[in-house]
Amino acid sequence: MKRLFAGLLLLGLALPVFAAFDVTQLMNDLARHKGGTAKFVEKKYIALLDRPVVSTGELTYSAPDRLEKRTLTPKPETLRLDKDLLSIEREKQKLSINLANQPEALAFVDSLRGTLNGNRTALEKNYLLHLSGNPEKWVLTLLPSEQKIAALVQRITVSGSRDQIRSIEYLQADGDRSLLLIEPLADK
Amino acid sequence: MTRSGRRVVLIWLLAMLAGAAVVWNSRFTADMSFFLPARPSAEQQVLVDQLKDGAVARLLMVAIVGGDGGQRAALSRDLRGRLARMPEFAAVQNGEAGSLDADRDFLFRHRYLLSPAVAAERFTVDGLRTTIADSIDRLASPAGMMLKTLLPRDPTGELFAQLGQLNPGAQPASQAGVWASADGERALLLIQTRAPGADTDGQEAAIRTIHEQFAAVTSAAGITDAHLQLSGPGLFAVKSRATIKGDVTRLSAIGTLAIVAVLFFVYRSLRLLTLGLLPVLSGALAGIVAVSLAYGTVFGITVGFGSALIGEAVDYSIYYFVQSGRSGVAAWQARFWPTIRLGVLTSVCGFGALIFSGFPGLAQLGLYALSGVATAAIVTRFVLPHLAGERIVVRDLVPLGGALQRAMRSLSRLRWPALVLALAATAYLAGEHDRLWSSNLSVLSTTSRDDAAADQALRADLGTSDSRFMVVVNGADRETTLQAAERAGRALADLQTAGTIAGYDSPARFLPSRALQAARRASLPAADELRPRLQAALADSPLAASKLEGFIADVAATRQAPDVDRPDLDGTGLGLAVDALLLQRPGGWSAVLPLRLADDGQATAISAVRQALAGSGALTIDLKGELDTLYNDYLYEAVLLALAGFAAIVALLAATLRSPRRLAAVLLPLALAVLFVVAGLHLSGEHLHLLHLVGMLLIVAVGSNYALFFDRAGKLDNDTLASMGVANLTTAIGFGTLGLSQVPMLHAIGVTVGPGAVLALLLAAIFVPRETVA
Repeated sequence: MKRLFAGLLLLGLALPVFAAFDVTQLMNDLARHKGGTAKFVEKKYIALLDRPVVSTGELTYSAPDRLEKRTLTPKPETLRLDKDLLSIEREKQKLSINLANQPEALAFVDSLRGTLNGNRTALEKNYLLHLSGNPEKWVLTLLPSEQKIAALVQRITVSGSRDQIRSIEYLQADGDRSLLLIEPLADK
Repeated sequence: MTRSGRRVVLIWLLAMLAGAAVVWNSRFTADMSFFLPARPSAEQQVLVDQLKDGAVARLLMVAIVGGDGGQRAALSRDLRGRLARMPEFAAVQNGEAGSLDADRDFLFRHRYLLSPAVAAERFTVDGLRTTIADSIDRLASPAGMMLKTLLPRDPTGELFAQLGQLNPGAQPASQAGVWASADGERALLLIQTRAPGADTDGQEAAIRTIHEQFAAVTSAAGITDAHLQLSGPGLFAVKSRATIKGDVTRLSAIGTLAIVAVLFFVYRSLRLLTLGLLPVLSGALAGIVAVSLAYGTVFGITVGFGSALIGEAVDYSIYYFVQSGRSGVAAWQARFWPTIRLGVLTSVCGFGALIFSGFPGLAQLGLYALSGVATAAIVTRFVLPHLAGERIVVRDLVPLGGALQRAMRSLSRLRWPALVLALAATAYLAGEHDRLWSSNLSVLSTTSRDDAAADQALRADLGTSDSRFMVVVNGADRETTLQAAERAGRALADLQTAGTIAGYDSPARFLPSRALQAARRASLPAADELRPRLQAALADSPLAASKLEGFIADVAATRQAPDVDRPDLDGTGLGLAVDALLLQRPGGWSAVLPLRLADDGQATAISAVRQALAGSGALTIDLKGELDTLYNDYLYEAVLLALAGFAAIVALLAATLRSPRRLAAVLLPLALAVLFVVAGLHLSGEHLHLLHLVGMLLIVAVGSNYALFFDRAGKLDNDTLASMGVANLTTAIGFGTLGLSQVPMLHAIGVTVGPGAVLALLLAAIFVPRETVA
């Protein structure tokens, strides 16, 4: 009886917490994350290839719209996102793309950026959101609502713990997928 | 009229008719060839070609202002859609997605003939292993993702190799999917006309079409608050032509009206007025005929000089009517004609010096004025007496002459003040010496400051470079020219790798020489060689060789494919680039390789390019530098011509006057007039340039006509003095009218010679030898 009471009490205490864990709650948590550096391993599963293409490197995020992805293997490459300007440096070549020119690419980038900075409006512009799990271990699924984006990506699955994103999986329209695993180094 | 008189008049009439026929068939132009060198150096020829036919000269920049961002983007898309279908436009870009698909398709389709990386070692087992591993690595990058679908057909990454060469440069900002200004307030388009820059009619039609289509687009969309801004070399050419045309009409009308009014006041006779204008008309006609026959084309600015010519040429008939009225024709011819003839000859020396100028506009002005003045004088002397008869009744000008006599007596008291003022002006000009002359060809341009600023703003928003630096190679035919471009390209690629230059473009990139295409084709292995090599190269790769049949097929197809030729580029933006950079000229071809340099250290970079290409026959050119050099050449030459013209006038006067003292008495007022005019212009803030210098020569050439009367005519009677006053007034009106012109060349001559002619007369009166004064 005592245990049942304690159980009910716990449940009573816990329920509001679980009930409150919706997209808004997650977005608030994520928005609180101001940035940091993480290691990443990215695996691309491409139908054409018998093995996934694996790349590793570091990710640096600084809220709300600066993101740097430094790939160290197999070939050094730096990808920098500053507001809507995406620049790629690779083998002495530097390429800048203004994402405002490319609505599809912008939607793609927004999936990542919107999740990182907890911008629900930006995410819902192009995706239907579905959240499962609890604050300690959540999975946010993004389904494109626009035909143009759906032609590129079928589904984006982001999983994480609290305000930390741990993995992002892109399932492309052609069935290829890429999985980005993130291991935070230290919060700034 | 006597029989010989009738014969003279008949000859004159026939000559006028023939002249009218020539003028009727003359070609008039108001384009920039006025400024382009008549005898260009090899470097200047490149400049001329670029200005007339180059890609930059065909570029129109368009901005859509007003409405909201979405409306502007919709207008931009609609406008592009309409214009792109029209034959007048070679390319219309607004940054829309998909607008570059045709270019990419072309590069992909012909990749084994176009890619700079294609070489035999690339298709060996080792080469394939490395390049395919690189391509797979690239899939890890988002930049490589778009190449994924192409991988089975292009595993060696030839499209990637080609794209790597192209200018990644700064793209304009973008709003709602189309180019926009940095502040987002204007949607932007870049339009390349089919008409070359030198075809002002074509440019005008293209600009009109753009405006019409924009009006159609806005009314279709129901948007009323949007408007179009447009700039580019074509617009400048069109506006400049309109300015010149407007000026020619306006100035000729003003000058003619004012002079006719003066003449009517003097003659009080419609008959004399008409007769008096006949030498002028003959002169103007002869001027155009001479220019048309000598140069084939008459510049609008030359015709605009007409009002000055009228002002000067009408002098002779004024002298004739006023001076012969009292003394009779025979006495006039004996007493005054030698003086007038000497004045005509000094004018001819002044204008004649300009004919030798390498600046075509100046040479035409010289020939036009020379033939005009000479003809007017000859018609006055030999035709006018027959037409006017013996009965010349001019209003009595003795009162006017008397007033002038009194004025002269008081003027002679101004000798010392004039000399003191001359010393002051000399000291002032010596002090201002470094600030007197502007050293830039743009001072001669009719483009207004506002237009230039609007152009700058659009250029900055679009990130269009001014394409200053370029390498140019020449060849007898297209093939040798392309081969030369490829050799220069290899040297430039080395410099790019070393970081000396940021990059370069070349027509040979999209249209390689047949030799290079043959070499690339020969480096491709046959399918039954390629297949086992792929097997070996991909033994440990995640990519199975069996998935690359498309690649093997494409390589095999290229081995049989014909060379890429110009028609293959039709419908792509690259074809346009090739046409703009590969020019056929009489006697050969030339290829232009624009250079991209970092903003700092351009001088070092350019000298490195010169060094790398030394001895190869390639020219390294800085267009802005060439323009500056061109102007300085003109200026230097104008100084020489002005000195030569001045020397010729002095020699002529010295030979005729045969007395150093009399020569000095004629020259002193002229020198002082030049001095005062230059000091006055500088004081009033006028930037002196080439044409002011020419004006200074003309002050001496024209002003001497008046100074000579004081020397030769002995004691000046009232009629003579009155005729000089009136003649001087018409000349000042004629040249002064040019001062109202918006065309800097005409304006400069006008503000220099107009006041100069009056000053020459006044100073001649001030310094008249004592014994001449009554």
